[in-house]
Amino acid sequence: MRIVFASGKGGTGKTTIAVNFAFFLAYSQQKVQYLDCDVEEPNGHIFLKPKIDERLPVKVMIPVINQEVCTYCGECSRHCQFNALVTLPNNVLLFPELCHGCGLCLRICPACAITEGEREIGYIEKGMALMGIEFVSGLLNIGEPMAGPVIQQVKHHYNNDCVQIIDAPPGTSCPVVKTIIDADCVVMVTEPTPFALHDLKIAVSVAQTLGKQIGILINRENGEFKPLKEYLLENNLPVLATIPEDREIARVYSEGSLLMERLPLYKYNFIELSENIKKLFGQRTYG
Amino acid sequence: MGDLMVDIKEVVIVSGKGGTGKTTLAGALVNLMEDKIIADCDVDAANLHIIVTPEKVMTQKDFTGGKKASIDLKRCTQCNICRDICKYDAITKDYIVDKVLCEGCGACYFLCPARAVEFTPSLSGYCYTCSTTHKEIFVYAELLPGEENSGKLVATVRNMAREEAQKANKKLILIDGPPGIGCPVISSLTGTHLALIVTEPTPSGFHDLKRVVELAHHFQIKTAIVVNKGDINIKYVDDMKKYCYDNGIIYIGEIPYETKITEAQRNMKTILEFDPDCHASMAIKEIHKRLQSILEEI
Repeated sequence: MRIVFASGKGGTGKTTIAVNFAFFLAYSQQKVQYLDCDVEEPNGHIFLKPKIDERLPVKVMIPVINQEVCTYCGECSRHCQFNALVTLPNNVLLFPELCHGCGLCLRICPACAITEGEREIGYIEKGMALMGIEFVSGLLNIGEPMAGPVIQQVKHHYNNDCVQIIDAPPGTSCPVVKTIIDADCVVMVTEPTPFALHDLKIAVSVAQTLGKQIGILINRENGEFKPLKEYLLENNLPVLATIPEDREIARVYSEGSLLMERLPLYKYNFIELSENIKKLFGQRTYG
Repeated sequence: MGDLMVDIKEVVIVSGKGGTGKTTLAGALVNLMEDKIIADCDVDAANLHIIVTPEKVMTQKDFTGGKKASIDLKRCTQCNICRDICKYDAITKDYIVDKVLCEGCGACYFLCPARAVEFTPSLSGYCYTCSTTHKEIFVYAELLPGEENSGKLVATVRNMAREEAQKANKKLILIDGPPGIGCPVISSLTGTHLALIVTEPTPSGFHDLKRVVELAHHFQIKTAIVVNKGDINIKYVDDMKKYCYDNGIIYIGEIPYETKITEAQRNMKTILEFDPDCHASMAIKEIHKRLQSILEEI
């Protein structure tokens, strides 16, 4: 089973919940794989402390222009929808960060002056983390705008023998879509505040458009926040678990430690989360 | 246009990590800074309008980020060329284009032998210019759920804010930015005069801070740092101060952990409006003073 932890708003506790849940499942004798798809700012490694034994580059296709054959006709730049190519009287400039690697220019060039090249935009790290958790994380190189290809590359490392715990990026746009598109279930980690609720609604509508099973985890619960309660009721969204506002959690987090190790009473919240995820699928196990 | 632009300073609030308090600080600075235009560039999860209330929407503009393909099945000969060339696997075996996967490159449109592909602009969001209850101009946007082109929408918001600044002869644009280091962040950062980075004293906060600082320096943008929830872990605050000193970053100060910030938000108010004398508000007033003197030097 493939479970994504997403949120809309940043900083609601996606990573905290994802790493502790991964640890909890591994502790309960499950085979677990943790995949960090927040490739702009991945943080899972801080808590799961993997020993990295593989580092693989993420490459994207870019056009290479043979200036000797090129007639500077401008067809490539006229067709490029991303403004990645500019034709000058005796030169063609490529802006690699804007290129989406679609390959249209290769096919459209009347002089056959364009061939496929590649460019590195990030890398994947793989290794073994605490409790035998299989760890995969993507990292986007600094200055690169497009997280999508790195996220897609993380997914080439799925191990379907494991329960897969996926940490999503914040927001509600294309990187989030790429992360949840092949998930079995999306756990939205939210908090009882107007900011989080506003962004939760958008994130839920993304997941609904993709036809995903959705459950809610309320983090930093602190008295009743009516607008959230009403929204969840109206939309028939199940609350899978609740974690209270607790400065001790913030402190343990700030030390890079796991709640499961340092505040073991919270184990019960993760048992609840686990049971309710299974219920969402009418299953008894993660098989 | 160039000459008129010289006088306008743009300050962008970013963080790397999400949820460190960008919008909380932005809201408070809206109360403290004068003579400015306000812009929210976190276009896929905009929140500033919740606490800085837009009283009246002056203009609403549709945002079309790019085009999307669709196939006219009556003309389609099922030759499979489009499915072969699409790098995004966006065309199903029944020749339906998945709008979520389509990146709008147009390869199928230009190369279909039967000319069965239509390629039309698609609405991907809205831009708003509003006036706030304090009669200030506030520009923000909403990207439709799951859409691409957030970087382009950010650029649109920033252009609209600059136009408003010129019209109203304002000297400052205060920008609330998105989390991360990807396309909307790059689009929010480029060409600004100062990146005010809000972080928190945790390993994640520090890890993500370094990446966003590197990004800002990559674009040669001056950086200054505020540590939110400074009292959660003092050791990290010291490490961050040292990091700033070593890397030529201005260290501005800390905001203490304050539960009233959540209360203020639930009351749709900035922390300064909700409780101007609480510890967090007092700290933000000091931060504002430092910020003013930094801006005067730019």
